[in-house]
Amino acid sequence: MIAENMWKTLKLWFHKLGSAPSFYRFARVVAPWLWLGFAVTTAYGMYLALYVVPPDYQQGDSARILYIHVPVAWQAMFIYGVMTILAVIALIWRIRLTEIMAMSCAPIGAALTLVCLATGSLWGKPMWGTWWEWDARLTSMLVLLFIYIGIMGLYAAFDDKRKGARIASVLVLAGAVNIPIIHFSVEWWNTLHQGATIRLTGESSMDPSMLPPLIWMVISTKLLFGAALLDRARNELLDQDRSKNWVATQVLQVDT
Amino acid sequence: MNESRTRAASALFRRDMKLAFRRLGESLLPLFFLFTVIVLIPLGVGPGPNLLARMAPGMVWVAALLASLLALEHLFRPDLEDGTLEQWFVGEQSVYARVLSRLFSHWLISGLPVIVFAPLAAEMLHLPHHALGTLIVSLVLGTPALSLLGGLAAALTLSTRGASVLLAILIFPLIVPLVIFATGAVSMAADGLDPDAHLGLLAAFTILSLTLAPIGIAAALRMNLE
Amino acid sequence: MTLLLEASQLEFHRYGNPVFRPVELRLDAGRAVVLTGPNGVGKTTLLRLLAGILAPVRGTVHHHAAVAFVGHLPAVKGDLSCRENLAYEQTVGPPGLSLADALAQVGLAGLGSRPARALSAGQKRRLGLARLLVRKTPVWLLDEPYASLDDVGCSIVDELIQAHLADGGGVVLATHQRHPEIDALQLLDNIVMQFGAIEDES
Repeated sequence: MIAENMWKTLKLWFHKLGSAPSFYRFARVVAPWLWLGFAVTTAYGMYLALYVVPPDYQQGDSARILYIHVPVAWQAMFIYGVMTILAVIALIWRIRLTEIMAMSCAPIGAALTLVCLATGSLWGKPMWGTWWEWDARLTSMLVLLFIYIGIMGLYAAFDDKRKGARIASVLVLAGAVNIPIIHFSVEWWNTLHQGATIRLTGESSMDPSMLPPLIWMVISTKLLFGAALLDRARNELLDQDRSKNWVATQVLQVDT
Repeated sequence: MNESRTRAASALFRRDMKLAFRRLGESLLPLFFLFTVIVLIPLGVGPGPNLLARMAPGMVWVAALLASLLALEHLFRPDLEDGTLEQWFVGEQSVYARVLSRLFSHWLISGLPVIVFAPLAAEMLHLPHHALGTLIVSLVLGTPALSLLGGLAAALTLSTRGASVLLAILIFPLIVPLVIFATGAVSMAADGLDPDAHLGLLAAFTILSLTLAPIGIAAALRMNLE
Repeated sequence: MTLLLEASQLEFHRYGNPVFRPVELRLDAGRAVVLTGPNGVGKTTLLRLLAGILAPVRGTVHHHAAVAFVGHLPAVKGDLSCRENLAYEQTVGPPGLSLADALAQVGLAGLGSRPARALSAGQKRRLGLARLLVRKTPVWLLDEPYASLDDVGCSIVDELIQAHLADGGGVVLATHQRHPEIDALQLLDNIVMQFGAIEDES
């Protein structure tokens, strides 16, 4: 009985949120709080990373870039997972909001992948003496960036946004199947061609003091994603519905 | 039902072949393109046999990829424009069988000639003779996946503006594992090592593409007809 | 009376908006349904939904018999001759008329070996209609079959439809210029599609 009621409430909530005006209002209220949370967690995480954690005994202060590089890399991959789930829902049930949300994931994922590559490059200069090293993880991230760009480009190439979203969702799924294989193949290629290179991260044991800033930065990237996703989806919705009644009456507040 | 499916697919295949032969010059362009790439490389990096031999596996494969890419634009687009593509979806017909048939035609035009002329290309790039067998096996196992994944990219971009650039961007990340496994196998063989592990992974990748790509292609084609 | 085609609560969206109100349609053997209405009401969309080319956003289409579709595009290959184009059609489904008979019926007798690209627009449409004759399909879905045809061509279309209905087939036909001149008995429904008046989602 309780379960049934909960299910009913959930369905009602889902249905309400699925309608464009309610989602618009929801996103407008929630997103600023997520941005605030992002600012606070980033500030605290960066404080811990820059002032509390002792310098790395091998790499000195340059290793501190890890607290941006690693959480951003994780988040860039996490976003692909979220986008895949949304794309499946969009393809099966054709819910417009999930189409919009899935397509809003791609630019955020691409931006974070780009940050990951940039910080990796910055880190690589003192470490390897070069701005770019064909390290397995960096190469995988580069391919991921191309996948994100492909999804964005494909979506943008259609005038009918709903059609574009569903076609790009097929590409999202193809990428989801392929990404683990790409990751594995690049790893394999790397070990065969280079033998053991110095890794940016991993293997070496972590000092316990490194964990708190890392956790705070992981939380901060999640909040960043949530906030950016809601804002992007809200704008996309507004753009698609710009000639609809609800935009005129509820957003622009003009009489039709 | 099953019989009509094979009949439809084989009729399409025969028509595609007929059309390809009617425009033989156009059909062979990818092959000529392959050789322009093969000739340009020594002109660019110098004719030193050692350097060329090291680059040969990758170069033959990149050339094969470019040849395949060149033919992809004509994979579904003419059918979209003359209305024969929408006929695939009329009634309860098997789109899957026709997709496979069309991809097989594409492979015959863009993949098979590359395999046939691979010894010539390999010789021009000074690939060690004992690696030639592996090169050909890698092409036999890998070029079908090139057609399958290229077909997916072509189907996704079918009704878009600026399809050809987009197509190239979409296909690149999809075929990364393919290029790594295939060129890895040939490089191993050239260095006198056992390429079987690479070839096995290559075959697995092609089989996976064969099971999943046609489903994606059929779905993408239909969505593009909207 | 045999049911050939059934569609219920059919809906389709373009640019996020419904194209028409949900459509109910039933086609029986020996009957023709004529869809009329101004440009942009969704006649072509409805026909493509019935053919199975488009997947409906909501609702269902049931084919109880094989379906043939002649759309705006003639679906012929310019590099092949008329005969080769028709021979390809013949390989799918139970065979109907011979190639020569089919060509003669649509007024293309003697042009069998001409490449389809050398035909005029009207002749290409006639060749597209001949596709219907070389194999037996009970349901014909015709989108503007009179477009770019001359008077003789238009009456050929009427004759073909008449014969097909008499043979136990069914036809769904979209037209905005000319109505088929066939026996009133067979014209069961004349669906006039209305434009617009679809409510905003809020």
